[in-house]
Amino acid sequence: MRRDIRVQTEPFDVGGETARLSAGDHSIGAVASFVGLVRAHNRVGDEHAEIATMTLEHYPGMTEKALDRIVDVAAERWSLQAVTVIHRVGELHLGEPIVLVLTASAHRQAAFESCQFIMDILKTEAPFWKKERLPDGSERWVDARESDGKAAARWLAGD
Amino acid sequence: MIRIRYFARLRDQLGTAGEEMADYPSTIGELAANLAARGGDWGEALGGTVLMAINQEMVGPDAPLKEGDEVAFLPPVTGG
Repeated sequence: MRRDIRVQTEPFDVGGETARLSAGDHSIGAVASFVGLVRAHNRVGDEHAEIATMTLEHYPGMTEKALDRIVDVAAERWSLQAVTVIHRVGELHLGEPIVLVLTASAHRQAAFESCQFIMDILKTEAPFWKKERLPDGSERWVDARESDGKAAARWLAGD
Repeated sequence: MIRIRYFARLRDQLGTAGEEMADYPSTIGELAANLAARGGDWGEALGGTVLMAINQEMVGPDAPLKEGDEVAFLPPVTGG
């Protein structure tokens, strides 16, 4: 299985990455993609607050290892021809893409499921942290969400 | 000697990105307890939910420490 795992500050081109993933491999019949974006609203306690920008920090070295291991597990579980995972770090603005996951397989079910699996596990195991800056200039670290833990646990429960 | 690294919210709470330690306990869980016992910000930062890694691999509290290890304490992750 081919894999392309990148942690970068630059934006990515979904169309270009998708074309590159499947180029020359005619055993691929399905490519699933997930793109995560910087959202304007985040829940703070019981109130919604609008954010201005977001900064993503990571643990260089460990991040790449963690993503590599997640892709290993996906490749054991589904029949995949190729996987791309790109995660951005640094300062990001509203609407900008944060993360791209592409999975390529002969059939759609493996592509869909493995794409969701990689995202769900990434959300709970890859060492990235988001810090939000509000319009008034104040900053705060984003809290982990319980629902993310449940989404990851669902795959690990052995369905 | 081991190298200890703190990331994100933990680093901000502790006011340091890391330290070196010549005299360290046998497991990472004991190390976390010793650091939390420094009190103040340390107790607060390391007393809650903290992920632990040795040489860039996630580990549990029983994981042993050895000379030259890179140890990291990480807040729950929020990427994606």
